[in-house]
Amino acid sequence: MIPQAPRQAAVARIPRSYLYTVATLSPPISQLPAIRIEDLHKSYGELQALRGVSFDIRPGEFFGLLGPNGAGKSTLINIIAGLVRASQGRVAVLGHDVVTAWRPARLNLGVVPQELVYDPFFPVRDILRLQAGYFGKGREQWPWIEHLLQELDLADKAKATIRQLSGGMKRRVLIAQALVHKPPVLILDEPTAGVDVELRRTLWQFTKRLHAEGHTVVLTTHYLEEAEQLCDRIAILHKGELKELETKPALLARHPFRFLRLRLEGAAQLPQSIRVLQVGGSEGEIELRLQRGQDSIAGILDALRDAGLRVQDVHTREPTLEDIFVGLIGEHPTANKTVQPA
Amino acid sequence: MNLHGTWTLFLKETRRFLSVLVQTVLTPVITALLYLLVFGHVMDERFEIYAGVSYTAFLIPGLIMMSVIQNAFANTSSSVTQSKMMGNLVFVLMAPLSAFELFIAYIGAAVLRAMLVALGLYAVGWMITPLPLAHPLFMLALLVLASAALAVLGLIGGILADKFEHLSAFQNFFIMPLSFLSGVFYSIHSLPPLWRDLSHYNPFFYMIDGFRYGFFGVGDAAPLLSLMVVGGFTLAISTLCLLMLRSGYKLRP
Repeated sequence: MIPQAPRQAAVARIPRSYLYTVATLSPPISQLPAIRIEDLHKSYGELQALRGVSFDIRPGEFFGLLGPNGAGKSTLINIIAGLVRASQGRVAVLGHDVVTAWRPARLNLGVVPQELVYDPFFPVRDILRLQAGYFGKGREQWPWIEHLLQELDLADKAKATIRQLSGGMKRRVLIAQALVHKPPVLILDEPTAGVDVELRRTLWQFTKRLHAEGHTVVLTTHYLEEAEQLCDRIAILHKGELKELETKPALLARHPFRFLRLRLEGAAQLPQSIRVLQVGGSEGEIELRLQRGQDSIAGILDALRDAGLRVQDVHTREPTLEDIFVGLIGEHPTANKTVQPA
Repeated sequence: MNLHGTWTLFLKETRRFLSVLVQTVLTPVITALLYLLVFGHVMDERFEIYAGVSYTAFLIPGLIMMSVIQNAFANTSSSVTQSKMMGNLVFVLMAPLSAFELFIAYIGAAVLRAMLVALGLYAVGWMITPLPLAHPLFMLALLVLASAALAVLGLIGGILADKFEHLSAFQNFFIMPLSFLSGVFYSIHSLPPLWRDLSHYNPFFYMIDGFRYGFFGVGDAAPLLSLMVVGGFTLAISTLCLLMLRSGYKLRP
């Protein structure tokens, strides 16, 4: 059951400085999950987008939500944001049910949508002031809006309409819009999709800072490197089901393999015992996936030497989130169609 | 109630139509003025529908109400459809605004636009032929109710439409014919019996006839009946619209 918030109104009225929001919450509230998802189902006709997903996102956590296209990530986020209604199950934001207590739930939540959507009629500063107004915030929020404009490097674009901005700038405006009411919980739905490397790094730094200041940050991304660098815990969705939910080290540790990359010399064919381990390679290089405690590097080198191949260079690497993802799901997060696991 | 949020959405919707004032207020006034000049000039000396009222004077309230009907509908329907198509409706839907608050803000802004169009047309009409104001409060009540009703229809149309073509079909095959066939240019007493009887089932007829009664003190239908029909119609479609907003129909799938 979703616990009821003992002081809903207190949380709904977000304190003046969001920096102190989480710190000033009384223990019963701060111990509530930032987001609780309980047996969530969603069907669109025959299509089952979510099939009984349940998990908690802890307050103050940097949480990664991963999955290939069509996994149900956006449906889940839209249900949390109140944009889509669940067929079954419940979602609560800081203890506020998004259906029965939608007003405090929305006050505590900021969502950066995946698509670059914007209102073409207004300049950036006005859009932020209007957005704050929808959340019941008036002029007292204007200094915060100016702060956001500065932080996101939008100050010199404050009088421009959004359609005059580049894609990266539009993305920054969306982030500012999500933060304008100082929500303690922030969801970023693929915020770095289609942005250049420099902006991606800027956004990473900004979200890291938000997290350090006490925000619960939920990130969906196709860039596994991003999740690996930023997130404390990671959930992997696939075909509407929760496949994994672990801390990053536990997730990496639970997959007991590592990779061995070898540069070889010699015309002989790879022995069969090596070929079964091969997962990649090109131009005289091969990459092998080794099971810890089972495949020894010394044994492999011996087998290669016996086959008449000389090893010029050896390089090992630990599995990344991407390797685990591909191993679990059988497809790369950005793939539209299923490919065979490596 | 999120009063500040409602007020902000109302202001945003108002600023939206004010930012294209030529299109949203000036154009309807000019269009209605052209109708007035052409029909008034041609018909003025041939018809006198009510005793002592020139055809041009008769025409002005009808044209005002027809413009109100079309612009109140256009305001809400185009705003919601555009926001849906551009995707920016999510910012309103994710905000802590209830169905009633959304309703009040959208309808309020559309009513304001309709009032500005009405005021512009009244000013232009007054320059051509000064109009009496027999029952100003009654006239005002009809104006507010009719513009609210059409704003609600526009909101419903905007919710239902998936693209502008749907909206345009609704406007061209429903709103436009009903507004033209509601006694803007004539008294329904001049119609054949069948069309006259059918006109009594057209709520737009009561909007125009009641509004005209407010100016001249005479009308084709009993003024109280006009007020009740327009009021009842507004209430019924408002209830339907609120139910749609509350259930999230086509907005929160």
